[in-house]
Amino acid sequence: MSSITGRSAIDELPGGDGRPPLEADRASTGRLGDRIFGGLATGSGIFVIALVTLVGVFLIAQAVPSLMNNNVNFLTSREWEPAGAEPRFGIVDLLWATVTTSLIAMVIAVPLGVAVALFITQYAPTWLSKPAAALVDLLAAVPSIVYGFWGLQVAGQYFEPVAKGVDSVLGWLPFFDYTGTPSAKSTLAFAGVILAIMILPIITAISREVFNQVPTAHKEAALALGATKWEMIRTAVLPFGKPGIISAAMLGLGRALGETLAVTILLSGLNASDAFRSTIFNGGATFASKIALAANEFDSAQKTGAYIAAGLVLFILTFIVNAAARVVIDRRKAFTE
Amino acid sequence: MSTVSTVGESAPRARTTPTNDDFGGRSGGRAFKDQLARILMWGAFLIALIPLVWILGSTLLKGGHMLLEADWWGKSQAGITARREGGGAVHAIQGTLIQALVTALISVPIGVLTAVYLVEYGRGRLARVVSFMVDILTGIPSIVAGLFIYAVWVTTFGFQRLPIAVCFALTMLMIPTVVRSTEEMLKLVPNELREASYALGVPKWKTIMKIVIPTSFSGIVTGILLGLARVMGETAPLLILAPYTKVIATDLFGGLMGTLPTMINQDRDQTLQPALDRVWGAALTLILIIFLLNILGRLIGRFSKVKS
Amino acid sequence: MAKRIDVKDLDIYYGDFKAVEGVSLTVEPRSVTAFIGPSGCGKSTVLRTLNRMHEVIPGGRVEGKVALDDQDLYASSMDPVAVRRTVGMVFQRPNPFPTMSIRDNVAAGLKLNGVKNKKRLDEVVEASLKGANLWNEVKDRLDKPGAGLSGGQQQRLCIARAIAVEPQVLLMDEPCSALDPISTLAIEDLINDLKSQYTIVIVTHNMQQAARVSDQTAFFNLKATGQPGRLVEVDDTQRIFSNPSEKATEDYISGRFG
Repeated sequence: MSSITGRSAIDELPGGDGRPPLEADRASTGRLGDRIFGGLATGSGIFVIALVTLVGVFLIAQAVPSLMNNNVNFLTSREWEPAGAEPRFGIVDLLWATVTTSLIAMVIAVPLGVAVALFITQYAPTWLSKPAAALVDLLAAVPSIVYGFWGLQVAGQYFEPVAKGVDSVLGWLPFFDYTGTPSAKSTLAFAGVILAIMILPIITAISREVFNQVPTAHKEAALALGATKWEMIRTAVLPFGKPGIISAAMLGLGRALGETLAVTILLSGLNASDAFRSTIFNGGATFASKIALAANEFDSAQKTGAYIAAGLVLFILTFIVNAAARVVIDRRKAFTE
Repeated sequence: MSTVSTVGESAPRARTTPTNDDFGGRSGGRAFKDQLARILMWGAFLIALIPLVWILGSTLLKGGHMLLEADWWGKSQAGITARREGGGAVHAIQGTLIQALVTALISVPIGVLTAVYLVEYGRGRLARVVSFMVDILTGIPSIVAGLFIYAVWVTTFGFQRLPIAVCFALTMLMIPTVVRSTEEMLKLVPNELREASYALGVPKWKTIMKIVIPTSFSGIVTGILLGLARVMGETAPLLILAPYTKVIATDLFGGLMGTLPTMINQDRDQTLQPALDRVWGAALTLILIIFLLNILGRLIGRFSKVKS
Repeated sequence: MAKRIDVKDLDIYYGDFKAVEGVSLTVEPRSVTAFIGPSGCGKSTVLRTLNRMHEVIPGGRVEGKVALDDQDLYASSMDPVAVRRTVGMVFQRPNPFPTMSIRDNVAAGLKLNGVKNKKRLDEVVEASLKGANLWNEVKDRLDKPGAGLSGGQQQRLCIARAIAVEPQVLLMDEPCSALDPISTLAIEDLINDLKSQYTIVIVTHNMQQAARVSDQTAFFNLKATGQPGRLVEVDDTQRIFSNPSEKATEDYISGRFG
């Protein structure tokens, strides 16, 4: 069951599982019904290809005119003034906020998710294993906007002492300097924490699936050598599951990069005049939250184009991350077959 | 019958209480690491439960009382201001359900047919590309889906922002979930069934329609319900494509329509208690609907005829 | 090095299901004991209780006594991890760790026990591979993945991996059932060599193999379908194959059933 992720780490193309393609049906494919049905099925497949292609084409087509009018370098400018006669907009700040929040989410969620998956597959007593998995899956059922609202109204206040604690220990590093403005719950750091909760079920679900596939023979080989449970996990489970963990992390990253509402609600915006600060205890806007905040103000083609350009960069980022995850999964298949 | 650790009668007692050292056992360090790992894994699970319990607790505590009022299920927010108590969420619940239903109506045929293509027809390069594109579609952020539909629907064709456009955006997000879950279910159908059908002279398309899909039907329904649960909570495309309204609206092609996510979004920055209460109420209602779909999906999946 | 195994009144369960009942037997040090019997009679199950691998399966538990030189393996003070280090095991299908090289596979057990000295590891790897009659075939490609070897070589690699930790006892669960006749012969030769140092227990479906390699043979059978398996008789291999005391054994060996 692909469960909440909508994707299986073990998906393979038909025939890939050693099952021969059914040739017996060849005789019937000339019938009218077969041609129509087969055509519909193939058409749906082609529709999916067309859809993804169109996303790229439309976003590019509408971003390009705005980019041509841009008075600053789109890739290197921190400004974001997309309207008016002399639009100036660049993505540096957006990229910084997007990558920072996502990386914070990864740093928390990947180890935690893998540990939870190990718990469910290796440590939990049999009666607890399934309910535990279902509970973690439920985290994925809470909508993004509820996470954001909850973070703002309830959980955020408890992040204040965390931020102060980090600042007092690591504050000498430019990344962890907490000045108190904006308040802790409106910072990149807290948005990252909330994102971590949101991608945790994805990482857990995929890791769980891979850990479940570790051949008993490998686990028993380790145990028979006198390995403790933890040593068995390190010698047999983790090496086997590594590609799966990597692709799980990638998929989690893809989700974190594009997550919109929770981040939009939490992050406090910066003024255009503010100097760049490298601390994670600063506000900002990610690609997604910038677009969401402007959702009601797409009044001119120029302005819309600028936001679509930002959306395009986000699309390319997630495309790369997801494609990489796919490649890792394919590699693993080649390795295990 | 003697138990596990019973001392054998003939053996002298001193020799039957072995120490691990006799076996060149593990050093203290190894045992310690093993215990530490065990504690860490349990800890990780308990930590993962904290946000779940906390968020459900908060929502229930702050929004639960709203759902107990009859008005919540019977009235809209028409004429209610942030300062005033009262009104209900019926407009938003209705909007969310209508949009979800139409989204499902569009995505299920496309999704199921794509899965049928991948499992029953697809060979070679085209199938590989389709499969890859489904993965990419899975990863498209919902805000990009919203932007894309905006770029087509509003900018290119010049239409108004309409609820139906939301359905198109949600369709993009739902199709990959339906494809993947259906694909897995179809793969579970044993080849013997297909061959048995062919041997009876049934053409391929009928075999798929009458044998393969019915055999995996409950699994497919589960996938659809889980996919629906996923898109129902999506808010980003709604922000771009469907402005909120407080009144009951059922026309997908006629202007504004309120939904639960936009109802939350509308008042999320309010400081007035009546408005905040309604936001929590809407959040709880949305979570409940999504949970119900999830549970329903899993229950149906349990009765699946094909076991993995 | 080698130790004696004493099994007394052993009952083995999977959850509530009693799989094997009332097994008592003794295995002398530096000897080979073969377990034979029809499929599903519990001989592999018994084997797996000798190094406490049985309890790895959820619900798996035992009652009764298994002792190694009078030390109760199931005493509450006994650590199953330590037991498995002392009693090595080779499985039915070769199962080298797929992510490790040949060298790392053999060294896996030692590394787990904290041996880091590279020189010592290399010595043990060489000695174990020589002990498993594999050294000459792989000495030039120790850093290649173990999964790249042929089935018979993989199985000898697994034997090398098992003897690298210098166990007292070596358990083999149908080690040749996935191998061709030539590889089987190589393993059988190896068992004969290993006998001088280890106590060996081997489960096999192949009666000629039991006759060729073992000093002592134990015949297991089901009481009846759905009933637990039991040990019918255990005796010198020669006696079992020429003049068994039980009719069931004779029937099985002469091919009249099973």
